[in-house]
Order: sequence, then C-alpha cells, then structure tokens
Amino acid sequence: MDTTSTHGASPGAARAALLVLADGRFPAGGHAHSGGAEAAVKAGRIREATDLAAFCRGRLHTSGLTSAALAAAAAAGADPLALDEAADARTPSPALRATARKLGRQLMRAARAAWPCDALDALAAARPRGAHQPVVLGVTARAAGLGPEDAAHCVAYESVGGPATAVVRLLGLDPFEATAVLARLAPELDQVARRAAEAGRRALTEGPGTLPAASAPLLDITAQAHAAWPVRLFAS
Amino acid sequence: MHLDHSHDTTTAVSADAARPDGTRRALRIGLGGPVGSGKTATVAALCRALRDTFSIAVVTNDIYTREDAEFLLRNAVLPPERIQAVETGACPHTAIRDDISANLEAVEDLEDAVGPLDLILVESGGDNLTATFSKGLVDAQVFVIDVAGGDDIPRKGGPGVTTADLLVVNKTDLAPYVGSDLGRMARDAQDQRGELPVAFTSLTSGEGVKPVADWVRARLAAWSA
Ligand SMILES: Nc1nc2c(ncn2[C@@H]2O[C@H](COP(=O)(O)OP(=O)(O)OP(=O)(O)O)[C@@H](O)[C@H]2O)c(=O)[nH]1
Ligand SMILES: [Mg+2]
Repeated sequence: MDTTSTHGASPGAARAALLVLADGRFPAGGHAHSGGAEAAVKAGRIREATDLAAFCRGRLHTSGLTSAALAAAAAAGADPLALDEAADARTPSPALRATARKLGRQLMRAARAAWPCDALDALAAARPRGAHQPVVLGVTARAAGLGPEDAAHCVAYESVGGPATAVVRLLGLDPFEATAVLARLAPELDQVARRAAEAGRRALTEGPGTLPAASAPLLDITAQAHAAWPVRLFAS
Repeated sequence: MHLDHSHDTTTAVSADAARPDGTRRALRIGLGGPVGSGKTATVAALCRALRDTFSIAVVTNDIYTREDAEFLLRNAVLPPERIQAVETGACPHTAIRDDISANLEAVEDLEDAVGPLDLILVESGGDNLTATFSKGLVDAQVFVIDVAGGDDIPRKGGPGVTTADLLVVNKTDLAPYVGSDLGRMARDAQDQRGELPVAFTSLTSGEGVKPVADWVRARLAAWSA
C-alpha cells in the first residue's frame, strides 16, 4: 500500500499544495498563537516595525531553523516518532512543548482531511495527544507530494509570519509595515530553509541527533511566564 | 492511491454524529452574540435547568481571559472537569467559524474525560453581529442579543440574527428603562427569520431561561431519536 505521497507527482514537484499548506487560513490553530510576540510586546521589546524585524530575525535563526529542520527530515521520510523525541529534546520549555503538541494535533486534523494517507493515520494513532507541530507538518508535506525544502520553507515562514500577524493585532502596527518586514526577511528565510533541508536530508542517514538544536533562551523563559498570565490575547 | 477508504481511525471527522468507538456523540449547541448580552448567564441557567436530567459539558471561547469559564466555575453550575476554556487569539469568530480545530479538540477531550455526554454547550466570546458557528463544530446555534443593545438590532439583521436556529432576546426586565419596544423587536425578528423561533428571556428570575431550556430539550429529543 502506498504510505507516502498519495497525490501523484514525484515528491517535491508539487507547488500549489505548498500554497494551500502555507496559507494563513489553513485551519490548524495558528491564529491563536503569537510565537512569543505577546510577551515581547508586553515587556516593551517590540514597539515598532524595526523591533518586529529584530524579533523575527532572532526567532528565524534559532527556533525557526530547528523546527524547519525537523519538518524537512519528516518530509524526507525520517521516522516521525524519532523526530518527535528529537523535538522534545530541543524544546526545554514545558509550555512550548505543550504548545507544539497542541498545534501538532490541530494540524493533524486539518492534514488528514486535506491529504488523507496511512502515514498521517499512523502518526495520529501513535501520538493521539499530538506530535510536535513541525514533525506533523513534515509528514503532511510528504503526503501532499511536497519535499524537504517545501516543508522547511513552510515552517521557517510560520516562525516569523505568526509573530508579525500577532503584532498587528497587539500594537495596531501598520499591516503594510509588518508585511514589508516579512518581505525583507525573505532572502534570509530562503537561506534558513536551505540549511534546514540539508540537515533534514542528512538526518535521514545519520539520525536525528545531527539536526540543528539552535534555541532562544529568552523565548523559552518568556513562554513559561506567559503561560501563567491570567489575562492574555494569545495562547502562546 | 486510496482516497476512498476511511482514515478516521483515531478522530471523528468534525460533523460525524458518531464517535470513533461507534457511540453517538453529544449534541453540540453553540451560543453566540454581542458582548454582554447574557450568553454566559444563559449557559449557567441552562446547566442548572438541565443538569439533573442530562450529562452536560461546556466549552468557552473567551477573548482575552478565562472570565466566562471562571464565572461558571465560581457559580458551580457544573463540576470543574466539565468546563473547558479555548483561547482564541483575540478572534472568537475565527475559533468558532474559520478554524474550529481548537474547539473540536476541546469537545472531544470533554467526551473522553467525562463522557458519555448528552449535550455540549459551546459559548463564543462576545463578538459582532456577523459571528456565527461553523456547521463542522455545532449542530445548532443560539444567538443571544439583549434589549439594552438597542431595539433596532433585529431589524438590522446579519447572519446571527437571521440564521441562528434560535434567537434569544434577553434582559426583557430592562426594556422599560432603556425604552426598548419588545413588540417591535418581535415583529422585526419575524420579518428577518420567518418561521425560525425567537425567545424573550429575563434571567434575573429563576424560571427565566425556560423557553430556551424547552427548545434545547426538543433538540435533544430529536438528536437521540
Ligand atoms: N438585568 C438583567 N441582567 C442580565 C440578564 N442576563 C444577564 N445579565 C447581566 O448582564 C451582564 C453580562 O452577562 P453575561 O452572561 O456575562 O454576558 P455574555 O454575553 O456572556 O458576555 P461576554 O461573554 O462578555 O460577551 C452580567 O452582569 C449579567 O448578570 C437579564 O436577563 N437581565
Ligand atoms: Mg460570556
């Protein structure tokens, strides 16, 4: 039985599927999360577009790279359960682990409706409370006929797109400025996605231990504090 | 390729009437409407009226707090394990209509944790007149407005007022003080809604929720028939 790419062409050849998966309207729960931006706004670290750019750049090269590589490895066909453990090892904050699994579970639901296949079913059965979101995304990308670069791009973009959207809501930041921040980060996004895809392919033969483990300690710390706020707009 | 066989081994697809283990899932009723119209008060009163007969749980969708969930907990209308709060990232209408994934998880978790359930009430955070629930999330929806929000709201219409399975016009006790004409609200609502029912309530009195509770009972009877 076909357990990988269900919908035709060779892996990585699809393009429109990437647009569907990367669309901010893809119903997988991301809208309720700020990627740490709410805590940064409250602490006064993000006040305007230049701060948002710095925040996004930091997130992209740390947790963005790590997540993108996990997704790329999953899209390349590495064992998702081993990657799920690797994701836990790379996520020291319990709050962020919980968020990653919650979002993974939400993505799984949308993915199984969009690209039903045995690989998604198997991961859902093995992790009914949710696998880490980047791992689910990688398996989803593979099911959609996408490749490691696509999965890495999708996750790297999410790592900055989420905070940018959140800051528009939190600060009333000009949405054109926020979009311009993302556009200026595009070349760096491409670089990070390429690195992540290479690392993901390498993990296929050398194991998940070789995946990047870049992290942003301040994001971990503020995520823990944010999870305990009594009043907040975003879930993380 | 195997698009034709079932892939629903661990989760039910949103609108399926059966749970993965084959049992019938709970009836899900959504309650939406503008800020402060009395949605939480209606949920609380419904729980009090129905909890002795039916197994009930509640999901709340607050905008930026756990205020609604905490009100229900404080007032002990249900045991705490039967109340779940969903966080909506400042957009309740997204969480109840455009991306219902977090709400579906909440209703499934409640069925797993405290089921079998007969009824799950899903309260939306106060939003605008266009906020309605996805059919993938709820089986029926109640739109709650109040007389103090202006007696021209039924005339203005909008998807909530026009299409909800039940329109509740709450706080009728305040009508004399805010100069709202209940007769006019009833006529305007009928113009907008045709045959769809409208209930006028005042939750300050003990029996106030009765027309809504009766409607829910009828829905439950139809669901389990
Ligand atoms: N006089 C009067 N007050 C009511 C009635 N129903 C609710 N209230 C009051 O109206 C206020 C708002 O009620 P809630 O039930 O919290 O309204 P809500 O629609 O849940 O509000 P949000 O969730 O914030 O949108 C509270 O102070 C209630 O006590 C009523 O029938 N009459
Ligand atoms: Mg309320």
